Amino acid sequence: MKSREIFLNGLIKENPSFRMVLGMCPTLAVTTSAINGLGMGMATTFVLIGSNIAISLLRNIIPERVRIPCFITIIAGFVTIVQQLLKAFVPSIDNALGIFIPLIVVNCIILARAEMFASKNTVYKSIIDALGMGAGFCAALILMGGFRELLGNGTVFGFDVFGGKIEPALIMILPPGGFLAFGLILAAINSLSGIKISQKEICKGCSMKCNSCISGSKG
Amino acid sequence: MKEIAVIIFSAIFVENFVLSKFLGICPFLGVSKKTETALGMSGAVIFVMTISSAFTWLVREFLLKPLNAEYLSTIAFVFVIASLVQFVEIVLKKILPALYKALGIYLPLITTNCAVLGVTLLNSQRNNGFLTSVIYGLGAGLGFTLALIIFSGVRERVERSDIPEAFKGLPITLVAAALVSVAFMGFQGFFQK
Repeated sequence: MKSREIFLNGLIKENPSFRMVLGMCPTLAVTTSAINGLGMGMATTFVLIGSNIAISLLRNIIPERVRIPCFITIIAGFVTIVQQLLKAFVPSIDNALGIFIPLIVVNCIILARAEMFASKNTVYKSIIDALGMGAGFCAALILMGGFRELLGNGTVFGFDVFGGKIEPALIMILPPGGFLAFGLILAAINSLSGIKISQKEICKGCSMKCNSCISGSKG
Repeated sequence: MKEIAVIIFSAIFVENFVLSKFLGICPFLGVSKKTETALGMSGAVIFVMTISSAFTWLVREFLLKPLNAEYLSTIAFVFVIASLVQFVEIVLKKILPALYKALGIYLPLITTNCAVLGVTLLNSQRNNGFLTSVIYGLGAGLGFTLALIIFSGVRERVERSDIPEAFKGLPITLVAAALVSVAFMGFQGFFQK
């Protein structure tokens, strides 16, 4: 695969949020505004790049049988770095995202990329894959955040859109709005692209054998 | 006694893990198709949440705090949960094979369940004491169970309805979850402090 293909694969074809439906918890929880979505997307992308590089470098050293604990340890290390950096430089984002920053550890996107891509490919390809997947996740979170912020607060990235003419529906930035917005966006994507999300296909490429991605997702 | 009841009820209803905190969405959508599997998964989650709340408290209080290494709590908690799940699996297999048979296949999935890591992180963030931590873990597990069981009922009804093509599968499930979540918003402000 060429690097452009790998990148576009993550951004569009196998978009982690809308096509693979991975990492649902942060997608629903932190997207109360576009800026929060962007912050979460950037943090996850950073961890993804770091873990993909490390795992790709170590792919011939890590024994097959203990690879999952090894991957989780590497991921947890990068998450701790992000946690400390955010606390030091952008405390407002750190406050807004709360425990969802440490919860990046159990974000299935990162473990899935480690298992399905970084442990089998070169460092260069793994970086491109991380960038593509990260960009796809960021785009999805900004779309979700923008949609919910627009309907729930009448703003996008803090800019007033309706000029006070339309009363925003507060429910969209409350918990039920997260489920509703994601359901509506998924339905729109389904009807526009005409391709149904096939969870079985996704599980075929993964060797976790949990099948928990079928008809559902992992947080 | 009253405090304990307040912690449990607020963990179940007011700040329900699935429907208002968005933790554990994964199994919530994944295993809620059948009530039977929903019950198996919930049992395993209640169990692991309660004991990992206890163990992470011990680790935080006697290992991380004296070493002044609280910034490592994410790594430490992931380790505690992963090894605890392994340990529980081995012990159950030996001592209570019947319970192992019922919960066994769900246990490995719990290691990467964000609800379990979430409850330990919230306990540490709120600086809860030992008893409070354990009770909060239990309450969070019960809340997860309640959401899962209610939702598996809702889903059975949805399955039999006539749904527009684009909404079939996950989208309609999410819209249904939104409605269940609206119902749980009614509990907000239940306990005034």
